[in-house]
Amino acid sequence: MKCQNCEKPATFHITDLTGDELLALHLCPDCAKEYLKSDDDVEEAPTITGVLQQQLKLEQTAEDLKELDSRECPICGISFYEFRQSGRLGCPNDYACFAGELEPLLVNVHGDNVHVGKRPKRGSEDMEMQTETIRLRREMKEAVENEDYEKASQLRDRIRAIEGDS
Amino acid sequence: MLDSMASSCGEWLKGNGPDSDIVMSSRIRLARNLADYPFIKRCTDIDRASIESTVREKLKTGKEFKDQTFINVAELDNLDRQFLVERQLISRELADAEGARAVAIDGLERMSLMVNEEDHLRIQVMKSGFDLQAAWDQINQVDDRIEEQLNYAFHKDLGYLTACPTNVGTGMRVSVLVHLPALVITKHIEKVFRTFQRINLVVRGLYGEGSQAMGDFYQVSNQITLGKSEEELIKQVGDVVPVLINYERKARDFLISGENQHNLFDQVSRAYGTLQNAQQISSEETMYLLSQVRMGVNLGLIGDLEIPTINKLFIHTQPAHLQKLRRNELDTMERNIERANYLKQHLKSDLSDDAEMN
Ligand SMILES: [Zn+2]
Ligand SMILES: [Zn+2]
Repeated sequence: MKCQNCEKPATFHITDLTGDELLALHLCPDCAKEYLKSDDDVEEAPTITGVLQQQLKLEQTAEDLKELDSRECPICGISFYEFRQSGRLGCPNDYACFAGELEPLLVNVHGDNVHVGKRPKRGSEDMEMQTETIRLRREMKEAVENEDYEKASQLRDRIRAIEGDS
Repeated sequence: MLDSMASSCGEWLKGNGPDSDIVMSSRIRLARNLADYPFIKRCTDIDRASIESTVREKLKTGKEFKDQTFINVAELDNLDRQFLVERQLISRELADAEGARAVAIDGLERMSLMVNEEDHLRIQVMKSGFDLQAAWDQINQVDDRIEEQLNYAFHKDLGYLTACPTNVGTGMRVSVLVHLPALVITKHIEKVFRTFQRINLVVRGLYGEGSQAMGDFYQVSNQITLGKSEEELIKQVGDVVPVLINYERKARDFLISGENQHNLFDQVSRAYGTLQNAQQISSEETMYLLSQVRMGVNLGLIGDLEIPTINKLFIHTQPAHLQKLRRNELDTMERNIERANYLKQHLKSDLSDDAEMN
């Protein structure tokens, strides 16, 4: 049997039920790929960057947005602009740092903003202590880049001291 | 280890468990991050290496992890990375990433633990057939054990903190892999999936985001992760599975009833014939034809073939698997010829011995 769209042999046999009548299609692999593709584009789930863009457009003036974009997390140094471009946050503290913007986003995506599931059994709730280590790591890296090795080694000792406690 | 894995087919293609003619496997993954490191995006090379070695060291001490083999993904060649992607043990994202990254897997391939993917940790448990509860019981326990060793980034109101806000809260993705050839043939598949989207479920092809449905395999999973408990999320996905099974069975009944039966029998037989006789064949066409043959076997239209054999062929005819089984790097053209040979060899109607498989 030949493909009904071209001269190649038909290897795909599709029964289309979308209309009122049964429609039998006989297609070669190439035409079948085209056919199935055109019919298969179930809408993509909204991406985080898309949802965010929509939300900011509604809520922010251009000036506000410019200011917001330049805001940086004091712990990891990521700017809001970087977050909204990539859709990825830089550290746990960003959830606190950008809380005002994240809350409507979370409600938008999840329909909720409060976790009700599992919790770690041991108290790792001391966020400040943990993010402190992240900040120290970043300062250490910067010290190394500035060739301030004395400062870098002091920072490394402080990180080790904190990690030793936990 | 990877070479010895190639000849088997892993947990998710074992093809047993309840309703396994339609439900291939159940899978749960948890996204977790260490509290004292930045998320991956802001990690330096040193941070990444340090996360990797920390996780590796800590896991050594837990007896739950004694069967886990720690594989340094950064040191693998392309073929081996692709091989692990095909087996669903690592994500494409982890395979293609750069810098220190790893995966720990157990001999039965029921659990994989990716390090330095989008999040520091991606824990995954797989079960053959429809068994989300067993998957949850296991992963919950594994998560408890890891938590005893490592400090997770956790917020009292927001739950487990993740690099992408779409995963925050439970960090959990519940997926069921289903084979829906009859819904595809009858073109009902889209309608079903549109309905699912409205109730916050995501449907993807076999190899995750952006991939086209291959061989009529679809993954159904939860979209949201925050504001519902793990049990609620499992129920949300679990509840639609019987509905899907019912739809697919109805579509199969329709295809095998009255006039249609001859068409279906013809189509399935041709698919089988092509797989047995092709001289060269692409991986896409193989998946497409195997899918029909699989349905044909399930409907009793093909008698001399076992489902586990077909499941094995699905994975063994993937590009990286084929090359590993043949212990040779092959280009596309060579693979298409090799694939046809492989199929011919394993679909000879008088030789369905399992010994013949390896
Ligand atoms: Zn054609
Ligand atoms: Zn930060």
